[in-house]
Amino acid sequence: MSVIEVSELRKSYGGRTVVDGVSFTVDEGEIFGILGPNGAGKTTTVECVEGLRVPDAGRVRVTGLDPIADHEQVARVLGAQLQQSELQPKLTVREALELYACFYPNPADWRPLAERLGLTAKLGTRFGKLSGGQRQRLFIALALIGNPRAVVLDELTTGLDPRARRDTWELIEDVRESGVTVLLVTHFMEEAQRLCDRIAVIDKGRVAALDTPAGLIRRSAGATVISFTPSAPLDDHDLTSLPAIASIERKDGRITLSGTDETVNAVITLLARHRVTAHQLRVTDATLDDAFLDLTKEAAA
Amino acid sequence: MNTAVLRTEFRLFRREPGAVFWIFLFPTLLLVILGSIPSFREADESLGGLRPVDAYVPIAVLIALIMSGVQSLPQVLTGHRERGILRRMRLTPVRPSALLSAQMAVQGTVALASALLALAVGRLAFDVTLPEQPAGYLLALLLATASALALGSVVSALSRTTKIAGAIGSAVFFPMMFCAGVWLPVQAMPHTLARVVQLTPFGAAARALGEAAAGHWPGWGHLGVLAVWTLLLTGAASRWFRWE
Repeated sequence: MSVIEVSELRKSYGGRTVVDGVSFTVDEGEIFGILGPNGAGKTTTVECVEGLRVPDAGRVRVTGLDPIADHEQVARVLGAQLQQSELQPKLTVREALELYACFYPNPADWRPLAERLGLTAKLGTRFGKLSGGQRQRLFIALALIGNPRAVVLDELTTGLDPRARRDTWELIEDVRESGVTVLLVTHFMEEAQRLCDRIAVIDKGRVAALDTPAGLIRRSAGATVISFTPSAPLDDHDLTSLPAIASIERKDGRITLSGTDETVNAVITLLARHRVTAHQLRVTDATLDDAFLDLTKEAAA
Repeated sequence: MNTAVLRTEFRLFRREPGAVFWIFLFPTLLLVILGSIPSFREADESLGGLRPVDAYVPIAVLIALIMSGVQSLPQVLTGHRERGILRRMRLTPVRPSALLSAQMAVQGTVALASALLALAVGRLAFDVTLPEQPAGYLLALLLATASALALGSVVSALSRTTKIAGAIGSAVFFPMMFCAGVWLPVQAMPHTLARVVQLTPFGAAARALGEAAAGHWPGWGHLGVLAVWTLLLTGAASRWFRWE
């Protein structure tokens, strides 16, 4: 069953189209990623889901409700963390949790929530004195305090150090384990690859691709990367005529090719035919990073 | 109005020593300083036989309203918007207007408490008689509070940042203090000047409070000026105010 449904969503500001026909559905219990370069329209899309912006065209439903017309009901089932927001600087963590708990008809107990987010030692600290990571954790707590069915997390780990980022990832997995559907906006490939069940790659206001992380990598042109240092120079023509070749790079005598499994076999045959030894031969799967660059490059062309 | 928001905003107000001082303590402190000058305790012809310290009690009350409405309220509202606090509240089932109304209730209540303090200190320390027409005094005070809060909301609606709110607040602050009669009580102003000043919210409030203090029902003209200002300013604020 889908918790969030977006179809043919369009939004422009002052004649500039920011979201241009985006459609996707988020199923109950999944972590759905929205991935894209800066300015691709990711935040505007989720702001329409949250009911902060009115779409120019298209349909948005959260558990079957319209985020604009049924704002109050949607706010009860959808928790959210915004990319940039603050609280009153002199409000303590405990007061913020108590206050936000009052806003919901059936709130979560904030004590275990604070415990799970590692905020227990900071309950008496004012918002203005919290570090970036602590603020983020408090905002996650506030997003979850109303016992929502789904949460929107927008650029959650931006500005966090690697340790805090990994802790946050574990936390998001915990959130999903507890049955909450997660819509995650990010521009970190590693984050999307590790967490998301499915990803919509958004570029220039459109969905460039929608698939599982593995599916996105597989469908991109250079899913497999082969690199080696040949014992004798290889002819450019031989390389470009390899089957399913996607890219060729030469650097300091080392050759890096991307393509498919077919390309790998053909490279080995080619090397054997010319009696060339491949030093430090490495064959690796491309990462989501490569797939993403490939997808957004296609959209640009 | 959401009581949890109201309680929180009141608690946060108490954590701002600057606001507490300027709104709650400063007006009475000024009254005490002026009342300590011997000549301020002698009857004055130009004030219709009142002592200057008598005339300064309603002025102290108005200073409290100006401090809360024009100085404090726009800073808080603009700050809440600038920091995205209003925006964050839009994601909850409680509307951000709850935060605005709570903030107005807090500022208005503290200003009224400050007015009571000024009246009490005036009575106890300087023998200033309490308003002889209490109902009229209360009505004038409530209308004046409403117009001060409405003026503050307009300042906040017109200010994109707290810096701008501070600048506009200060620009409005001194003329309002003048109209309230801080430098020269309205009764003592030259006739033409007084007529103009009485058309401003705090000039009208000063006259209405003065009349009620002396035992008359405040002039409907002055109350009318206050009511019209309140309506106009509230209309302007709700038209121009932005949530983000």
